[in-house]
Amino acid sequence: MSEVKKVATREAYGNALAEFGESYPDMVVLDADLAAATKTGVFRKKFPERHIDCGIAEANMMGIAAGLSLTGKIPVASTFAMFAAGRAFEQVRNSIGYPHLNVKIGATHAGITVGEDGASHQCNEDIALMRTIPGMTILNPSDAVEARACVKAALDYVGPVYMRFGRAAVPVINDRPDYHFEIGKGQLLKEGTDVTVVATGILVNSALEAAAKLEADGVSAEVINICTIKPLDKELIIRSAKKTGRVVTAEEHSIIGGLGGAVCEALCEGAPVPVCRIGIRDVFGESGSAAALLEKYELDGEGVYRQIRSFLGKA
Amino acid sequence: MDNLELMKHANDVRKGIVAAVHGAKAGHPGGSLSAADIFTFLYFEEMNIDPKNPKMENRDRFVLSKGHTAPGLYSALANRGYFPVEDLPTLRHLGSYLQGHPCLQHVPGVDMSSGSLGQGISAAVGMALGARMSGKEFRVYTLLGDGEIEEGQVWEAAMFAGHRKLDNLVVIVDNNGLQIDGPIDQVCSPNPIDKKFEAFNFHVINLKDGNDMDQIRAAFAEARATKGMPTAIIAHTLKGKGVSFMEGSVDWHGKAPNDAEFEIAMADLERIGEALCQK
Repeated sequence: MSEVKKVATREAYGNALAEFGESYPDMVVLDADLAAATKTGVFRKKFPERHIDCGIAEANMMGIAAGLSLTGKIPVASTFAMFAAGRAFEQVRNSIGYPHLNVKIGATHAGITVGEDGASHQCNEDIALMRTIPGMTILNPSDAVEARACVKAALDYVGPVYMRFGRAAVPVINDRPDYHFEIGKGQLLKEGTDVTVVATGILVNSALEAAAKLEADGVSAEVINICTIKPLDKELIIRSAKKTGRVVTAEEHSIIGGLGGAVCEALCEGAPVPVCRIGIRDVFGESGSAAALLEKYELDGEGVYRQIRSFLGKA
Repeated sequence: MDNLELMKHANDVRKGIVAAVHGAKAGHPGGSLSAADIFTFLYFEEMNIDPKNPKMENRDRFVLSKGHTAPGLYSALANRGYFPVEDLPTLRHLGSYLQGHPCLQHVPGVDMSSGSLGQGISAAVGMALGARMSGKEFRVYTLLGDGEIEEGQVWEAAMFAGHRKLDNLVVIVDNNGLQIDGPIDQVCSPNPIDKKFEAFNFHVINLKDGNDMDQIRAAFAEARATKGMPTAIIAHTLKGKGVSFMEGSVDWHGKAPNDAEFEIAMADLERIGEALCQK
């Protein structure tokens, strides 16, 4: 088997900003002293006059983005997820969400794969926070291909969008000619009959690996990629849940309030079936390599496989 | 417009504030009244705006960072012709477009939603930056409370504006000296306010009497003439200005007059109005 190509979604994000800079002349990119890490530096190199470094002041950055959007710009405000959704939550809610401004938030270093920096920087709560803001669109791409598509879709969409990217290099899984991204549409990646695995972000790859292992055990798993957490593709999830009767959610995020929460809310109204939420189990993370952490918190293919087996009573 | 005319408008703006807050049975009269002369000067003299075309592309922008004084902004907008003055008493009522704090989507003439203190100034800075990046000539004004500047975000925004030398930005601090819990220098003193803005690379104008139209006019002229740095106008005002029992009283920061108090307040303003007509 050939070596799988790995690219961090933040890398694809920075490249996409630079790529689309020309066709979106109103786009301006804001950062808070993290341009090298968030990869907005790639855009800065190409369009220095349209890159605004706000210094280490995320709350102000969100407000400046709001003001810029009111002059016709399409601001993309970028920092780590911890600060974008965490520190600046109220600015995002009141200065961007409430007036429903055309601001894009590029939040990188989301989840536990931040790695060595440890729990202070591992944001496992951002999806939950952003989901509660009326009118907020939330995109959580599974790989570099999808990350690029998200940036393009966000630029074409009018209104606030929260985009979630990761630090660690992850396998490219959507590199196929028929790949098509649309906000609000989930993707059925693998059909199955015994259990539905709804995954988001880098856990989509883990879900696919787990599904392959389950197949070998004689378990047929359906795998759905939910990149748009909000608005959620309820129809696709409910249809699949009705077919398989059991649902697993998988995300690099707290099991509280993220994809798991969103799917449970949809299913309890549309197709009440047993659900197993795979994610960070209401704990803070810790330092370690991304790979070691994914293994320890059972978020790699093997860990997801084990958890699904146990859910199915096959432990 | 001459200063006497402006003073008459300011008095009408004050009547609208009292009527709005009385109608709402809630709201913030003290800080609305202290800033009434500044609201009036901005909307009747200083800013390039068109009430018939509130979204005019190259209009000057105003952000009420101290959003709780929405009655002051709404009354200025209504008196300027953005919407009927008769609507002011619907303030804060269910179904009224006059939300408790300024709302971009509901109120004609409101350039930015605000109310959570410290946030409006950042949006104003973003607008000023946007104007510069697009080569547009419009100016941006934002009004802050002196209690509001205890918020850290204010200084993040000020640092950025000073660093970027945004000379199309005017930050006005309504320095009436009182916040909800008491005098600002007893709660958590932001003083000296002028030296702080100077340190953040602003041109600072100490407006000795922010309720005096001559001095207000001179301050905004100086701001307009200032190049290469943003301007901060520290306007020393009287909280509750114009209503005898509200003046200088912290009790009227966020309280509505009852019917009897409403009558006294309106009589106060009628007297002031009559005196202005005698001039």
